[in-house]
Amino acid sequence: MSRYLGITKSDRDYMLKEIGVKSMRSLFSDVPEQVYLDRELNIPPALSEMELVAKMKSMSEKNLDLDHYTCFLGAGAYDHFIPAAIGQLLSRQEFFTAYTPYQPEISQGTLQSIFEYQTMICELTGMEVSNASMYDGATALTEAAIMASEAMKRKEILVAGSVHPESRKILKTYAQFRDLKITEVRSEEGTIDQEDLRNKLNDNTAALLIQSPNFFGIIEDLASAGEIVHQNKSLFIVSADPISLAILKSPGELGADIVVGEGQALGNPLSFGGPYLGFFAAKEKWMRKLPGRIVGQTKDKEGIRGFVLTLQTREQHIRREKATSNICSNQGLNALAAAMYMTFLGKEGLREVAGLSAQKAHYAYGQLLNTGKFTPIFNKPFFKEFAVKSEQPVEGLNSKLLNEHIIGGYSLVRDYPGIDGGWLISVTEKRTKDEIDKFVRKAAE
Amino acid sequence: MKEKLLIFEMSKPGRKAYSLPKCDVPEKDLASMINPEYLRADAPNLPEVSELDAVRHYTQLSKRNHGVDSGFYPLGSCTMKYNPKVNEVIAGFDGFSKLHPYQDESSAQGSLELMYSLSEMLSEITGMDQVSLQPAAGAHGELAGLMIIKAYHRNRNDHRRIKIIVPDSAHGTNPASSAVAGFEIVEVKSNADGGIDIESLKRAMNDEVAGLMLTNPNTLGLFDKNITEIADIVHDAGGLLYYDGANLNAVMGIARPGDMGFDVAHVNLHKTFSTPHGGGGPGSGPVGVKESLIPFLPYPVVSMKDQKYYLDYDRPLSIGKIKSFYGNFSVMVKAYAYILSMGSEGLKTVSETAVLNANYIAAKLKDVYYVPYDRICMHECVLSGAWQMKSGVSTLDIAKRLLDFGYHPPTIYFPLIVHEALMVEPTECESLETLDEFIEVMRTIAHEAETDPGMVKNSPYTTVVSRLDEVQAARKPVLRWNKDTNQEA
Repeated sequence: MSRYLGITKSDRDYMLKEIGVKSMRSLFSDVPEQVYLDRELNIPPALSEMELVAKMKSMSEKNLDLDHYTCFLGAGAYDHFIPAAIGQLLSRQEFFTAYTPYQPEISQGTLQSIFEYQTMICELTGMEVSNASMYDGATALTEAAIMASEAMKRKEILVAGSVHPESRKILKTYAQFRDLKITEVRSEEGTIDQEDLRNKLNDNTAALLIQSPNFFGIIEDLASAGEIVHQNKSLFIVSADPISLAILKSPGELGADIVVGEGQALGNPLSFGGPYLGFFAAKEKWMRKLPGRIVGQTKDKEGIRGFVLTLQTREQHIRREKATSNICSNQGLNALAAAMYMTFLGKEGLREVAGLSAQKAHYAYGQLLNTGKFTPIFNKPFFKEFAVKSEQPVEGLNSKLLNEHIIGGYSLVRDYPGIDGGWLISVTEKRTKDEIDKFVRKAAE
Repeated sequence: MKEKLLIFEMSKPGRKAYSLPKCDVPEKDLASMINPEYLRADAPNLPEVSELDAVRHYTQLSKRNHGVDSGFYPLGSCTMKYNPKVNEVIAGFDGFSKLHPYQDESSAQGSLELMYSLSEMLSEITGMDQVSLQPAAGAHGELAGLMIIKAYHRNRNDHRRIKIIVPDSAHGTNPASSAVAGFEIVEVKSNADGGIDIESLKRAMNDEVAGLMLTNPNTLGLFDKNITEIADIVHDAGGLLYYDGANLNAVMGIARPGDMGFDVAHVNLHKTFSTPHGGGGPGSGPVGVKESLIPFLPYPVVSMKDQKYYLDYDRPLSIGKIKSFYGNFSVMVKAYAYILSMGSEGLKTVSETAVLNANYIAAKLKDVYYVPYDRICMHECVLSGAWQMKSGVSTLDIAKRLLDFGYHPPTIYFPLIVHEALMVEPTECESLETLDEFIEVMRTIAHEAETDPGMVKNSPYTTVVSRLDEVQAARKPVLRWNKDTNQEA
């Protein structure tokens, strides 16, 4: 009997009798003979806990992890510091073994933490309402595009070419299956080309999607872009790095209608790409158009404050095919991690993380250029990530660094064929001066 | 006092719960690096608390939650089985958790091998030919599967197939996902046995139908015995069959969707394969397909060549990417560890026991609760509170009363086709004693409904809050804390 099962052989016999059937097979009498599997599944026999741990450990050791390798790779997923208390608290079973909080009386922990999360996301983004989170930053951006198209009753979305390539790909996947046209706006010197933006805006443009800091790490001139977009009565949708928002003006202050972003940097480990969370916030007028779960405050019968899932008439379990989205979950535990991260780092800590990352990134940039082996690609202000042009082919450069236990930058030519030798480097508060100096020295060798 | 302070209400300037190293590179003025007009004047108003305050806050919040480890959680359709502790430890191994998604493939061979192997196992369990692990949740898997169906028809130059058939008993995500994938929805009725009405299906089928979405066992917990006939009707008319894997826990090692005639299937790793629900996520909803649909799977696909695993992006017919990177990797790690722990025999025992437990509960309660479809069920049984309604006690009241006994209630008011539905899914993990206690409590509540309906209608009595005003919450939404407006709240 497996350790995860609770019924003994004698229990089973007793229960079959109580049900009034003779055998286990008769419980499956509705399964037609021709589809009843007449063989065992081709899955290896069960492992004991010791055997399992040994096997999985050896599998994990085939990977080169960031405790043993120094990471200068970002491109949408970042190696930020996570306070130890967060992992400890997240592993409380009351959080991680619970389901969606459908029964609010026994889910106040989840519900209140989401309400706090929504508040913090509003603080960062300068927006008025936030949902309880989505699958990741890229799908949140796509959901924002769909929402804008439905809300504005327009069928074209403009997207800046400096938006993360994965986000643009996912957007195109969704768009090709519905009546939604995606048009890319050119980049000029690493930021959106405002002339091209003006030319491409038209009566059918529902929204512009822009990212800042963008994929190249550069801070976009959001105020100007937003003004151009609003003159066309289209929505201005910004994807942002939440860490950057501790020191940069919020997209809300700069005119955004919807702000989304990848929330991984807020307390979630890299985990080879997931699970992460996408945050999604908007101006209050769009409250009833938002996709996903939303938590609201209310009172119980005695007047005590409590929290519930609210505005559910937007959602699939009620509206079915007329729902604002098919999403049925949020990234609950990841959003909780994000809320904890924003609590532990707090008002000053998040600014410090952002400040340290910016200082170190600018130091690394300067040092790389000083070697004479790397040249600037764009001359624009950046936050914690920057692009340089490498003399040596990037693939070889990265393998050389890997031998030195360093994980090098992202090769931009993968997505931007015009930027041959483009190398995207990310530096967070975790990198020490010694690590940066070694990285620069080895890269220039 | 039961009211719990919000973290913002505990905040005081000057307190902190973090420590960071001093800046060890030559520091510059921020305004010299970034245009001053881009910089924020004031810091976002995040909490300022000490580490102990923060730890206590979240510990107290956790105590206001009910998890699977807290007690029985028979939430139908959600498969709230035990989440093995060792799987959490494994997913936390440095080699899995401290890995960047864009690391060179040569430095992530362990992860790629795991994904490759998990896909193969899920193919075997579902009877599909290839599985993509990219979808982040069940609804996301549905969406990917529907996109694949659309891409398949388009590739055959058949552009007329714009409709998806969904039974009236389906999960809400089925029609919603169909709409997001750009389909029109045709609803077909259930027959007296809770299965698809064959005549209605025949009438609905035509050359505009791209496919049929089906959950089998369905949301009534019943296996549709006409499944092969249904598959023939859909296939003969040129459509494809989509399997909603929400209820796969009933049939592992017993019947495979692929053998039933399904062309596309998604599974929920957070249901059948024991990964925790996390209070609403993260899930993972891998989608599998039959051979003719493999070219349309989302890219990248994990492949192997010369004993090396790699990510194959060269998929010209692929629907494209649907999720950043490769899916919810650490959820995959836990599901993989679960399958290895159970083995082939264990997985079959899981399904058998899940079905046994559900039937036992139904058998022991059907004299006090109305059972609309009174026959052998699969892994969940659907009861109704219709008899209790006679004394004014609703299913919602029964659910709330269960809270006082330390249970998470069953799923209520779903499926929509059952009046006052109570959908009970005990899972295979529970012991006979736990089931008997639950049965006893359900019988007590049925008795209370008759003799003292007020007792049930005013419940719960033991929770940190009593019933909450959801109407008020939706009418005058308060969706964030605000210093000024929340003073009196």
